[in-house]
Amino acid sequence: MIEISKIIAAIFILLGAFLSMVTAFGLIRLPDIYTRNHAASKSATLGIMSILLGTFIYFYGAHGHFNSRVLLGIFFIFFTAPVSGHLISRAAYNTGVKVCGQTCRDDLKTARERAAKKARD
Amino acid sequence: MKTNDIILQTATKVAVFIIIMFAVRLFFSGHYFAGGGFVGGLITSAAIVLIMIAFDLKTAKKIVPINYRYLIGSGLLVSSFTGLFPVLIGKPFLTHFYSYYQLPIIGKTSLHTATLFDLGVYLVVVGVTMTIIQSIGESE
Repeated sequence: MIEISKIIAAIFILLGAFLSMVTAFGLIRLPDIYTRNHAASKSATLGIMSILLGTFIYFYGAHGHFNSRVLLGIFFIFFTAPVSGHLISRAAYNTGVKVCGQTCRDDLKTARERAAKKARD
Repeated sequence: MKTNDIILQTATKVAVFIIIMFAVRLFFSGHYFAGGGFVGGLITSAAIVLIMIAFDLKTAKKIVPINYRYLIGSGLLVSSFTGLFPVLIGKPFLTHFYSYYQLPIIGKTSLHTATLFDLGVYLVVVGVTMTIIQSIGESE
């Protein structure tokens, strides 16, 4: 029981560390703010959540200590990190940050133009 | 361009309750675990600041209808009264008392007057933080 929980915790923590590394590579390699934000808010969230889950499993299995704050932290990260990613992305779009040259569609621009035209008429 | 903040506002409505419950938990666990009045007060004011960011100052004032300057005063009053109470019965200043009680639902609990002192610290921290943020935010 104790050894199995230690192994499962190690797998979760290594997976979380790997996902955080993927996030860092994404932040370096991707071309513009929207794709970087996509990398940061998705894989960093999942990475931190699996590190926290590994910590919870380790302390519950090896020490018998049920730490409800870690579970609350998992829920809170899952709940707030995508919202902050959304807000950063929207602030960038509203201040006029350009999408990278490889992107060929901007649906939000046409939707806003249509809304502005409807407001004018 | 009309903006809409519905994602931020809905997230705030759920998150504020979790943050305030966590602040209360930190406040009450301060004697035996990490936490206490200072951290609890800071986290409570962080929850109120989150409301201010997601809505605006007027809505925050409507949700938490407190004048934070009175909060500073009442916190100082509570703390100094817990310090002065032992003087009145002939003990040194800031002597604390504790005892174990059998409460109906919670069971055996140690009630300590240091919690009242911490309550004063909590109120002062919330009051000072919110006064600073409100007065910076209101000046146009």
